[in-house]
Amino acid sequence: MKYVDEFRDPGKAQALSREIHALVATIERAKRQPLQIMEVCGGHTHSIFRYGIGQFLPDEIEFVHGPGCPVCVLPMGRVDDCVALAERPEVIFTTFGDAMRVPGSKKSLLKAKADGADVRMVYSPLDALALARQNPEREVIFFGLGFETTMPSTAMTVLQADAENVRNFSLFCNHITIIPTIKAILDEPDLRLDGFLGPGHVSMVIGSAAYDFIARDYGKPITIAGFEPLDVLQSVWMVVKQIAEGRAEVENQYGRVVPRDGNKVALAAVAEVFELREFFEWRGLGSIEHSGVRVRQRYAAFDAERKFSLPNLKIADPQACQCGEVLKGLLKPQQCRIFGTACTPRTPLGALMVSTEGACAAFYNYGRIDTSGLSASKVTKEDQHGR
Amino acid sequence: MCLGIPGQIVEIIDAAGKLAVVDVGGVRREVNIAFIVDKAHSAADCVGDWVLVHVGFAMVRIDEDEAAATLALLREMGEYQSEIDSMQASAAGNPV
Repeated sequence: MKYVDEFRDPGKAQALSREIHALVATIERAKRQPLQIMEVCGGHTHSIFRYGIGQFLPDEIEFVHGPGCPVCVLPMGRVDDCVALAERPEVIFTTFGDAMRVPGSKKSLLKAKADGADVRMVYSPLDALALARQNPEREVIFFGLGFETTMPSTAMTVLQADAENVRNFSLFCNHITIIPTIKAILDEPDLRLDGFLGPGHVSMVIGSAAYDFIARDYGKPITIAGFEPLDVLQSVWMVVKQIAEGRAEVENQYGRVVPRDGNKVALAAVAEVFELREFFEWRGLGSIEHSGVRVRQRYAAFDAERKFSLPNLKIADPQACQCGEVLKGLLKPQQCRIFGTACTPRTPLGALMVSTEGACAAFYNYGRIDTSGLSASKVTKEDQHGR
Repeated sequence: MCLGIPGQIVEIIDAAGKLAVVDVGGVRREVNIAFIVDKAHSAADCVGDWVLVHVGFAMVRIDEDEAAATLALLREMGEYQSEIDSMQASAAGNPV
């Protein structure tokens, strides 16, 4: 167990590991095929690889790395729309840094910037709004993406723009919503999941009660997990314990941040500004019903999709990419035919290689350590960040 | 973007506009505190609070131990510096 000394309480990690092994030994179906637990959130994916959580688990437990990295699931056509918006001469296009390198069908935002488009990285949508105030002669567009973790902040910024009547500010809305996404995963016939690690910070906004349907309607256990390696390990133990005892409940390991009813102010802001789209396109997963949100008619003046014409083309993922299979857990990252060869964190072809929270980038940066026998210290900083 | 970063609220800039200054590892920036203010806990009550900051908004109050553990985690995961960098490099950021 190479990483055990990095745990803040190695003794506790080993105790949890022993308990998980003992519990799994009592689960009959785990003898026939491994139990599959999906961590929905990319932050958990990162933590699992960074700390080598798999080393604490018996072979009968497999992680399926879920779709919870918003940068990774952004379809190429939407990136092309971003580039088209950014290349308009009157536009200042603002984005989180994470999205700069996501490949479009022709170029990324980073390349568009190099080619002369006015693309600016912002830390917060509020900074984009500030830019709009400072540049009244320009059109400032904020590229909104993320699940419910970032959705309230974007909503609040639109409400602020409306209150101040900042007419040269608009939002290119690519926010996605977690519950329909989990439903689609549960309805996917190829998948055979035994339980979930629930996302931490999405749940801080939507509350643990939002997942009740997973236990009630699908009979699957879910534990909302924190991001510390011990949190993840303890949450796995809680899921396995549910399976062993034949229970399916929503449990909350991250109660210090996640309340049962979520954040009411945040949810009210989201409901005021956004409504569900009929469909939203995901990279690798295709179209998922009600999985995205758009700006309500009432705030149309701040909706870049209504304000500007967009190419809005559906672009197929690169043929060699197998992101979809990896996202569904049908392939492990290293089983993709271009993993680590044509597709690396420095030259990503598939979206899962772009962000440190993508399963492929996480596996590339940390997972290979297990098989190559390198020590963690030999992984260079550049490799780790891949950017 | 999704992991956020813990900080401590050190000053209220505008109670009505729900704007505060948060100190994140020595870096100070303006954040919106609308999501953590309610009748029971006014803007003025927020000074000294540890909060988890996501993209310029305080999303939840946490205790000091949780803040310290999360900061250590972010450092180990290589996310700490990039979060601070993006805070500081933000176009039209609001350094205070």
